[in-house]
Amino acid sequence: MFGDPLFTDGVDWSDLGIMGIKVLAVFVFLLVATMFMVWFERKVNADMTNRIGPDVAGPWGILQTFADGVKFFFKEDVKPAQADPLIFRLAPYLSAVTAFLAFSIVPLGGVFDSSRENPGVVTILGHETYLQVADPPMGILLLLAVSSIAVYGIMLAGWSSGSKYPLLGSVRASAQAISYEAALGMSVVAVVMLAGTLSTHGIVEGQIGSLRSWYVLSTGFVPFVVFLIAATAELNRPPFDLVEAEQELVGGFHTEYSSIRFALFFLAEFMNVITMSAIMVTLFFGGPAGPIFFGLEWLFPTLWFFAKVLVFLFMFVWFRATLPRLRYDQLMDLGWKVLIPVSLGWLLIRSGILLRAEGDISAVTLIVVASVLTVVCLGLLFAAYAAGDRAFAEEAENERDRTGAKG
Amino acid sequence: MTLAHEAVSSETIETPAEVAARLNASGATLRLSEAEAVTYDEGRDVDDERMIINMGPQHPSTHGVLRLMMELRGETVERTKPVIGYLHTGMEKTAEGLTYLQGPTNVTRMDYAAPLFSELAFSLAVEELLDVEIPERATWIRMLMTELNRMSSHLLFLATNGMDLGAVGMMLYGWKEREEVLRFFEKVTGLRMNHNYIRPGGVAADLPDGWEDGLVAFLDQLPKRLEEFDTLMTGQPIWRDRTQGIGVITTEEAVALGATGPILRSTGFGWDLRRDEPYLAYDEVEFDVIVGTYGDTFDRYAIRLNEIRESMRIVRQCIEKMPPGDYRVQDSKVTPPPRGRIDESMEALIHHFKIFTEGYKVPEGEVYAKVESPRGELGCYIVSDGGPSPLRMHIRGPSFVNLQTLPHLMKGGLIADAVAVVSSVDPIMGEVDR
Repeated sequence: MFGDPLFTDGVDWSDLGIMGIKVLAVFVFLLVATMFMVWFERKVNADMTNRIGPDVAGPWGILQTFADGVKFFFKEDVKPAQADPLIFRLAPYLSAVTAFLAFSIVPLGGVFDSSRENPGVVTILGHETYLQVADPPMGILLLLAVSSIAVYGIMLAGWSSGSKYPLLGSVRASAQAISYEAALGMSVVAVVMLAGTLSTHGIVEGQIGSLRSWYVLSTGFVPFVVFLIAATAELNRPPFDLVEAEQELVGGFHTEYSSIRFALFFLAEFMNVITMSAIMVTLFFGGPAGPIFFGLEWLFPTLWFFAKVLVFLFMFVWFRATLPRLRYDQLMDLGWKVLIPVSLGWLLIRSGILLRAEGDISAVTLIVVASVLTVVCLGLLFAAYAAGDRAFAEEAENERDRTGAKG
Repeated sequence: MTLAHEAVSSETIETPAEVAARLNASGATLRLSEAEAVTYDEGRDVDDERMIINMGPQHPSTHGVLRLMMELRGETVERTKPVIGYLHTGMEKTAEGLTYLQGPTNVTRMDYAAPLFSELAFSLAVEELLDVEIPERATWIRMLMTELNRMSSHLLFLATNGMDLGAVGMMLYGWKEREEVLRFFEKVTGLRMNHNYIRPGGVAADLPDGWEDGLVAFLDQLPKRLEEFDTLMTGQPIWRDRTQGIGVITTEEAVALGATGPILRSTGFGWDLRRDEPYLAYDEVEFDVIVGTYGDTFDRYAIRLNEIRESMRIVRQCIEKMPPGDYRVQDSKVTPPPRGRIDESMEALIHHFKIFTEGYKVPEGEVYAKVESPRGELGCYIVSDGGPSPLRMHIRGPSFVNLQTLPHLMKGGLIADAVAVVSSVDPIMGEVDR
């Protein structure tokens, strides 16, 4: 909002009007996109498993989600007797609202080209502005904050249901979110370091140029992979869908939900998938950047953006169709023992390279410091592993003693 | 069954009784009544990490109406009590009211994933009492059909096992291949399940003309599909992590618990009735008995996957060696006469009438016949008092006996492991509850 040229010369009613239009447009777009995403997932998944998928409602069954939504509205809203009434009712909204919020920082269009004086600026009704709802200076931090809050929705839903399966789901949700938030944040830092700004618009601007300047390559691919895995876990998508885990926890946190409240969780989940895909495009794939044909500057950037998002959406569906689900402890191991050390290590390497590029430090000093640091870090890491193993062994020993005494 | 097998060294052998005592003392089985389970949470004031959770009888991955009462500490399964009986319809009692001719229609509904095996066990038992020799072609048709049924049952296992571990795509791939087998069954028996095809005295109908064609095409394309399954699951790192070292059981434990089939073979003990106590014409075909090494969930999965390949070998040999001749015994006391004969012959009419009203009489005696079903040793025990229907019929359902291993396989695992274990034991509740 703050970097936006719309507000540089004071705020008047027409500016607010344009703001309103943008908010409304993004809101409607997200709802429609979510409907499309649900249909897309079912259709692609069906294709991957030799089925037809929804094909009755509308052409190619594209209105299936709409039909489901209408049905959800007319179903009875069941609340279990043991549930905490207020929190049980509130939790779905917490999920849904945060899902909307995160999308506001994503640049949806505008020409990002080195030849431009002010890239990414479009003109709406005579006013110059960015094609995104808000461009706060702390930009990408908003995403991390909002996605942390979204976990509360899931956690509270499971906890307030007053039932055992949802409780297990909510315990899993909180642990999973904490573990993967760290890796997620660390891989974002690699991008922020290169861009020199937290603003999403600034990050996209930093990727102007050739394909090589896209952060997926210039950060060295590792942060992208870490981000992708952590984001999948953050979204509770397969193979990290332990929070729902139909085969284990029936439905996890939303087992007890029905009617429109269940629909809200459903909506939030798919909306988050779209948001995360959009964020990944923004952070690593140059956002709306791409070649523009026939001088259609208002069309092609947005088209490129959606095309890139679609690739990720397809990937998430692909994951779902093929990968088995991880076990709870394997998930934790992957998060803490692999992703966090890797992203942290990569961050150090990248910052070393950056320092070297700044030219203040000689290569020798850098290498010496880096090697010492690496050795120390690895030492700490292995010490931590050993401590963990000892603790496990001790616990098992105690357990044996206890059951042995009982038996 | 002797334990003198090369996989087990002679010093470490415990007697089954010792193993049973050890398993009993391990405290894997939850011994808690329904009433106690309800007040369980109030009874503990020290430890509130523990809770009782009921998995089933309505749960996506308990394969029907199995109910597991599990004591959890966090997500770790401490003790388990399998609760059965939700599908009990008294089929063994029903058998006492049905003639021997009607018998297969009853037993075929027990193991609904592998119905032909129940029919086969029943028919073998009745034939032994009747002391009839069935024609060679009938024997080979039975072998062909049951091996195909083994394939369809294992394909169903692969589908549900994949789904239980979260690989939802696998579920439909498995069903799709199974469908091809069922299509063949429909062509031969007229039904996709509950065939009532294998009957005392032979089979219900001869194989239709051109039966080999579709079957050979199917056998040609199935190996490719199985390789796809390998890519999707066997070599998949997540899959291996989820299944290897999970739900481990040793040979002695499996024997003490009476487990048979893939569970016993996964421990490295090669016990397969088709090879060790051949019935039908299994001594005339070549096949390998697949055994595992570690007795874990992965071994049980791999055994079933490879048994499909072995069954394909047997089916191919059946196609090659299928002898000509009768498909049922020409004993007018057991087999109803052909429709055409009834109009011409007084005797035929009488036999037809007697067989379908009173049924044929089976000599007095008792008999136990067993076959290797996809789940293990499927036995049929019949006591006859010389009348037209059994005095008592009992089915030794492998699913029922294998269920005993569940608490021991699940102990110390997480909920996700419990799901993997139930899936790998592959119980069919129709056979458990009967």
